[in-house]
Amino acid sequence: MPLKRVVITGMGAISPFGRGVDTLMTALLSGESGVRILPELADIRGIRTRVAALVPGVDPGEIPRKYRRSMSAMSVFAALAAGDAIAQAGLSGEQVRGGRLGVSIGSTIGSPRTTQAFFDDFRTDNSVERMKSGLFFQIMNHSCAANVTHMFGVTGRTVAPAAACSTGSLAVGYGAETISMGKQDFMLCGGADEFHPLTAGTFDIMNAASTRFNESPEKTPRPFDRDRDGVVCAEGSGILLLESLDSALRRNAEILAEIVGFASTSDPESIANPNAANIAHCMRQALLDAGIGPAGIDYVNAHATGTELGDIAESEAIRSVFGDRVPASSLKGNLGHAMAASGALELAASVEMLRRGILLPTHNLDHVDPLCASVLHVREVTRRRVDTVMKNNFALGGVNSSLVIRRFRQ
Amino acid sequence: MTNQEIIERIDRSIAEEFEIDPEGMTPEKTLFQDLGLDSLDIVDLVIVLETAFRFKIREDEGIRKIRTLGDIHAFVLQKKNELESIPR
Repeated sequence: MPLKRVVITGMGAISPFGRGVDTLMTALLSGESGVRILPELADIRGIRTRVAALVPGVDPGEIPRKYRRSMSAMSVFAALAAGDAIAQAGLSGEQVRGGRLGVSIGSTIGSPRTTQAFFDDFRTDNSVERMKSGLFFQIMNHSCAANVTHMFGVTGRTVAPAAACSTGSLAVGYGAETISMGKQDFMLCGGADEFHPLTAGTFDIMNAASTRFNESPEKTPRPFDRDRDGVVCAEGSGILLLESLDSALRRNAEILAEIVGFASTSDPESIANPNAANIAHCMRQALLDAGIGPAGIDYVNAHATGTELGDIAESEAIRSVFGDRVPASSLKGNLGHAMAASGALELAASVEMLRRGILLPTHNLDHVDPLCASVLHVREVTRRRVDTVMKNNFALGGVNSSLVIRRFRQ
Repeated sequence: MTNQEIIERIDRSIAEEFEIDPEGMTPEKTLFQDLGLDSLDIVDLVIVLETAFRFKIREDEGIRKIRTLGDIHAFVLQKKNELESIPR
């Protein structure tokens, strides 16, 4: 059975810079940081990080109450981003609801805020008597996917991959495979997460959260930099509308990019620590899937979160696959780490780099760590033709993912 | 609390919870068709009323007969009367 080609025809982004891919790109091009001091973190015993990158200016009220009642913040982000992706792709109501569109959207966990609110109340008198009907729909693992499905009347398949930091990329990869096999013509794919101290605390207790820039939030995280000191947690959602090439051509839709390769591999070496050889293996598998060699990649959009171990491992892996020929950068210096949303948000920005013929630099990369120096780092906004991009994401739990996108040509 | 105050409290609580324009909340309005509520909302309606009036009504048979906003008014007023007539 011949596989179908898969293209991207719509994108939506809810990021620490606000709503929209254009808003995201304007901020990235001007070297802005979405990281801010979060004063309430100072009230939590044992947590040392005081910074985060939260989504500003999103109004949940534009979502009708009927749909909003089952949404926590992460589903609101996903629904708004999905709506923007559908609008950009120009899909009709029949195309969205007719059964040929599916959803592949994940989050790290169900809503931590709603989960906390439930247990705060539950533990007062061991009672579920005040539990509202919408609560479970906010804390179930496929909350974002199900809420998007219901809001837009999707009748195709719904899947909700969950693999922490790899979630967004995995969701896109699995969505692309679904279309490739002819099971659906369209897939809304991506990830979403909402900030909660649980996430920041998780990295903090493992000494992997940034703590030395609490008074100068815009200077952290610092991927690949010698002074990097860890992750800054963020929130948001990135959603991409994937479509079979046949369908896009039939509709005369604007094709933003083609997805030509995807790989996901597991790393059983450690549930927390990245391994350069296993990361390199994932990237090589994605190249194999794309049917191109390392020389066919023009730019690597790195996962690089600003942790000591992760950035070194990814640098070594990029070096072993590509040598020092392929420029690479991480967008987490601007965005922080939006967890399940990061892969799809960074993929959306990568699509824009490809379309606009620019490479975005790694924000806060002032002095390259000698242990990360084997990579050709993008240090400033660079104009050049970009035809193919590899997008990496690597997750706690040992889940690696790499996507390859290409400028569309017949 | 007078009966009118109870009715106003009911309407205010429902309007806030379900984001309904208070102007349109007249007693003959049906919950499902006119006010746009559904079965999940009825679960929350019980909690809203229990919280507002500090009684337990979830197991009350009378709940199942409610169709209109006026039915809620009557149900709550009757429930309040029953509870207040019980010697303490």
